[in-house]
Amino acid sequence: MMDFLQRLGVKSLGVLERLGRGTVFFFNILVSVPSVLVRPRLLFAQMYSVGVLSFSLIVISGLFVGMVLALQGFYTLSDFGAEGMLGVMVAASLVRELGPVVAALLFAGRAGSALTAEIGLMKATEQLSGMEMMAVDPVARIITPRFLAGLLSMPLLASLFSAIGVLGGYFIGVGLLGIDEGGYWSQMQAKIDFSEDILNGLIKSVVFGLVVTWIAVFEGYDAVPTSEGVSRATTQTVVHSAFAVLLLDFILTALMFGDN
Amino acid sequence: MTNSSSTPLIKIRNVHFSRGSKLIFDGVDMDIQRGKVTAIMGPSGTGKTTLLKLIGGQLRPSTGSIEVDGQAIHKLKHKELYQLRKKMGMLFQSGALLTDISVFENVAFPLREHTQLSESMIRHLVLMKLHAVGLRGARDLMPAELSGGMARRVALARAIALDPMMIMYDEPFTGQDPISMGVLVRLIRMLNDALGLSSIVVSHDVQEACAIADYVYLVSGGKVIEHGTPAELAASDSQWSQQFMQGLADGPVPFHYAAAKEYAEDLMGVDI
Repeated sequence: MMDFLQRLGVKSLGVLERLGRGTVFFFNILVSVPSVLVRPRLLFAQMYSVGVLSFSLIVISGLFVGMVLALQGFYTLSDFGAEGMLGVMVAASLVRELGPVVAALLFAGRAGSALTAEIGLMKATEQLSGMEMMAVDPVARIITPRFLAGLLSMPLLASLFSAIGVLGGYFIGVGLLGIDEGGYWSQMQAKIDFSEDILNGLIKSVVFGLVVTWIAVFEGYDAVPTSEGVSRATTQTVVHSAFAVLLLDFILTALMFGDN
Repeated sequence: MTNSSSTPLIKIRNVHFSRGSKLIFDGVDMDIQRGKVTAIMGPSGTGKTTLLKLIGGQLRPSTGSIEVDGQAIHKLKHKELYQLRKKMGMLFQSGALLTDISVFENVAFPLREHTQLSESMIRHLVLMKLHAVGLRGARDLMPAELSGGMARRVALARAIALDPMMIMYDEPFTGQDPISMGVLVRLIRMLNDALGLSSIVVSHDVQEACAIADYVYLVSGGKVIEHGTPAELAASDSQWSQQFMQGLADGPVPFHYAAAKEYAEDLMGVDI
């Protein structure tokens, strides 16, 4: 029993210590944001690799999620003779929930894991140490541009995911299942509220972008500098990001839509 | 600034350092003289690389002091430390080149980060530094296309890009073929004398390090065991120095790792 308690204590202390290091790391990133903003080229290069290279994954996934939503929604709504509401259902599900959450999970798998592996390998091959010895702060030069790129890309990717999903719903609803085209769009226009739905969805995607990118860059920077360590850090990025996104989604949804 | 040539460039006094529960340094004293090549030698795992990291301010000693060019490096603030590092070059064992940019851009990296020089001036400087290490022709290659020896020479060109006052070499000869080894040995001595640098070479390659060093420190078990010129160490009657300098398998550093039981007892008994 004592042994178990001791192990639990050691483990808890380890987790707390890591959280502390992660928080200090986050503040170091924030402090170096101005130095990146005066050199936007660093940021643009990272937005390309973090954001643009995730483009096709987001577009294809968004299309299929929208199509499946339309198929599933149609059969439920048609029971109540409410097929005309299909556009609203697809758009609301995407903009409020699926857009930010699924895009964040895909982003963690595609861009987050790549960020962790890249930074972890830079650490393992002494590139970060080398920079420190050249009097170049690796947090300002390597980490912060990647962090900002993730933070800015995530809402854009989530919006793109939702927009393409709505189009996917249109192809299935109007093209395949034959519901009225005007109804699909006009119901959506009438029922989707900018601040209630779109803005709240956007806030979610900003929060997810921040958390996923923070986890990704921290796991890379804090990785044990061996091939096994980098591999473990990459896995942890995906696992921790998924947990964090789903947990935060619940909290944010409860705060935003709980009183309706 | 204490810049007179008589004062040592680096003064290490009574430095203790431990990692976790493992004691790495147990009271180390050293003086690194200006304009000289100083070799720090000792068996693998004695913390020679750690010593370079302590001098570069990447680690801080538990107790004791390390002064670089008159400044106590372990007490400097982040900004002051980075200012001082601009005058220090370090050559990592792996080269530590940035793998996503070319050889040219690697050497240009510190110039672009720390100066406002024009593109043509940067080009001139980079080509001069690459020429000094014999790799002007390799400027367009990527780090992955270089051999180990070439990568170290590019890293050396990068380390001298900002004309530092000193360079620290971490195991520069490890894993090199005889030709690359010869090139590196010659380069370290030549650059030290031509650019008026001070060099610290951490190594366990006795012959190569002694061939270029003006002064040698032997480190083992967290302490400086002996120091002197290569000739003085070669003539030393200390058993430890003799074992290390001549590469003897047994001596004060035993061939057998300490075992809990005697050999016969170990063979006869059942291991639990």
